[in-house]
Amino acid sequence: MSMLKTGVAYKMAIMTYLEAIRSAMSEEMERDENVFVLGEDVGKGGVMNATKGMRDRFGERRVLDTPLAESAIVGVAIGAAMVGKKPIAEIQFADFIFPAANQIISEAAKIRYRSNNDWQCPIVIRAPYGATGGGGLYHSQCPEAVFFGTPGLKIVAPSSAYDAKGLLKAALRDGDPVLFFEHKKCYLYVSDEVPDEDYTVPIGKAAVKREGDDITVISYGMTVHHVLKAAEEVQKEGISAHVLDLRTLQPLDVPAILEAAAKTGKVMIVHEDNKTGGVGAEVAAIISEHKLYELDVPIMRLCAPDVPAVGMAPTLEKFYLPNADKVRDAMRLLAEM
Amino acid sequence: MENEEHGTEVTLPHLAESLVSATVGRWLKQPGDYVQEYEVLCELITDKVNVEMPSPMEGTLTRILVQEGDIADVGAAICLIRGSDSANETPVEPAKAATQKKDKDEADQRTRYSPAVLSLAEENRIDLRKVQGTSLGGRISRKDVLAYIMNNLDSKPAASPESKPEEKAAPANRVVPENASDSRTEERKEPAASMFTAEDQIVPVSPIRKMIAQRMLQSVSEIPHAWLMIEADVSGLVALREKVKESFAAKEGVRLTVTPFVLKAVVNAIKEYPMLNSTWAEDNIIVKKDIHVSIAVGSEESVVTPVIRNADRKTIAGLAIEMEELIAKARNGKLTLSDMQGGTFTFNNTGSFGSVLSVPIINYPQAAIITLESIVRKPVVVNHDSIAIRSMANLCLSLDHRILDGKICGLFIQRVKQYLEKYDENTVIY
Repeated sequence: MSMLKTGVAYKMAIMTYLEAIRSAMSEEMERDENVFVLGEDVGKGGVMNATKGMRDRFGERRVLDTPLAESAIVGVAIGAAMVGKKPIAEIQFADFIFPAANQIISEAAKIRYRSNNDWQCPIVIRAPYGATGGGGLYHSQCPEAVFFGTPGLKIVAPSSAYDAKGLLKAALRDGDPVLFFEHKKCYLYVSDEVPDEDYTVPIGKAAVKREGDDITVISYGMTVHHVLKAAEEVQKEGISAHVLDLRTLQPLDVPAILEAAAKTGKVMIVHEDNKTGGVGAEVAAIISEHKLYELDVPIMRLCAPDVPAVGMAPTLEKFYLPNADKVRDAMRLLAEM
Repeated sequence: MENEEHGTEVTLPHLAESLVSATVGRWLKQPGDYVQEYEVLCELITDKVNVEMPSPMEGTLTRILVQEGDIADVGAAICLIRGSDSANETPVEPAKAATQKKDKDEADQRTRYSPAVLSLAEENRIDLRKVQGTSLGGRISRKDVLAYIMNNLDSKPAASPESKPEEKAAPANRVVPENASDSRTEERKEPAASMFTAEDQIVPVSPIRKMIAQRMLQSVSEIPHAWLMIEADVSGLVALREKVKESFAAKEGVRLTVTPFVLKAVVNAIKEYPMLNSTWAEDNIIVKKDIHVSIAVGSEESVVTPVIRNADRKTIAGLAIEMEELIAKARNGKLTLSDMQGGTFTFNNTGSFGSVLSVPIINYPQAAIITLESIVRKPVVVNHDSIAIRSMANLCLSLDHRILDGKICGLFIQRVKQYLEKYDENTVIY
């Protein structure tokens, strides 16, 4: 990624998505002593290795181990935030976020509003989500739709290391609760260039990942990579795909969505979360509301089926999860329609 | 004829004597629709009139064979209908059902326009019937429309400054007559090139407009037109109309215009000069016995000529009432083929739109057409040496010079003038 900005060339390093998250936390903790991380096993690095080495660097009071109680993790974070701290609450797997849902939806998301702006809740809840393969029902879920549409909450879901670092920093500097969905498959699968210098990626801004004029594909998280891979394949057949990575799910970047949709009039939304009531449903509704007269074909959605969760059997998992082949086939259909 | 996959062919009926083809107007039924016997399938546009095509049978319309705006010959199949019985008797094999479904989808998609396509077409004033669809089932995609627009723009550089001489030459070519006909037809195929700019509005030619254009072209190219005009003093007619119009309107519920008075005078004159009521048939001239007068009824988009049959047997009042009916039908698009057929002579009240002089085109294959121009009050010489203000009107006659000459037409139009000038307040209109 070229980072030319007002004539200054930034130094770049290739790093994994996971490293990008770790470096964002470390840099922010160095920059601001109010930032601390809490969660299950974070002290020894966490099961994902996201906080690896951080206790040695920042001490056990800033890399705080908690009991297996998600409600408490988020609850403590909210309390700390209200007295001026900037907590990062790590949920070990997003599948286990539901005990904390009440704290997130009823407390964190509403504090600023119900206190008439006297109190605020600048917490970041990191939730590793999505399927890596072989994770089964409770280590593969995409729970974003449960929180999506909760006013007062910001939700991000980066797909690249660059965005992961930039968005995590932006989330930590934000005055409101941010739900940070990091896709587990991206952790080691995705590496890209990340500047050495301090930078943020603004919350609420989508990114065009690829320019094209036949079809528009809107996605976020791991499926962005399936989409980009499929776009390469169909390009050989003469189908030019325009790819938009939402990056932030709440608030959605409506102008970017509308621009991308209007560019080709043929829109497909791809996500790993279930189809019904997913983020794609809202994106489709927004496009219908504003750009109906620029649509050339009905809006298409490629999502996980409405099945409770990823099956344990490899056959079921393959059936359930979107992949580059499924995206490619859907792209061909969309282009042909 | 039975077509085992799709059903029975519905053919274009023989609508009238001289009719060999008709243009299919709007399809009121679409493939997949179930139609009752006699239910209207589509509109047929023939000789300046729309007729509705009733279904000859009950069943499901499976395929449209002649698209809107296309011409079909009499006897040609225009669509297929699968009868309710045949569907039950011969269950369709799965393979066939599949192709059938595909065919149906394809037929559907060609005229299924997406919001994007419709708005693009509207913005750029594009006739979508001219755009080739390349998407599934022949659907016109947004890209197809954009490509069509780009193609039209591509041909524009001909109008750019470098090629100005050519641009000037082009319109000149277009008016070169006869001997250039070959190159002219070729040129006509792509008027888009240098004829219009992006600001110009492109109005697609409607089937009825096309019909009018063909008829007019046929008339002026086949019939050698000659023309003469006469001025008549219609003061008596005007006075008569003023006197009776209100009671007439009250009694008959019909507005009394000057037209039936003039029509009566014209018909009386035709009675005396029957050659005016004839048609050229190369080896013969056919002089018609019945006097059926075509009346031109215009709208902003088109003109139709419904017929008053046996006009010579009708009084002024009778003509007024019948005309009112025909005009109402014309305005509501309710004219039937029989309303339009059989005219032997045409009358046009061009004065109704303010004209004082016109050169009408003969309603092919008739022999002559007469117009009544605006009635104008002006000073004229009367009683040898005095001047009076009278209501004067011009009458213009176009004639087929193969049949008629100046002499007979002069006599005819003089006779019309005499009849017109004979009207006075005591003339009986019933």
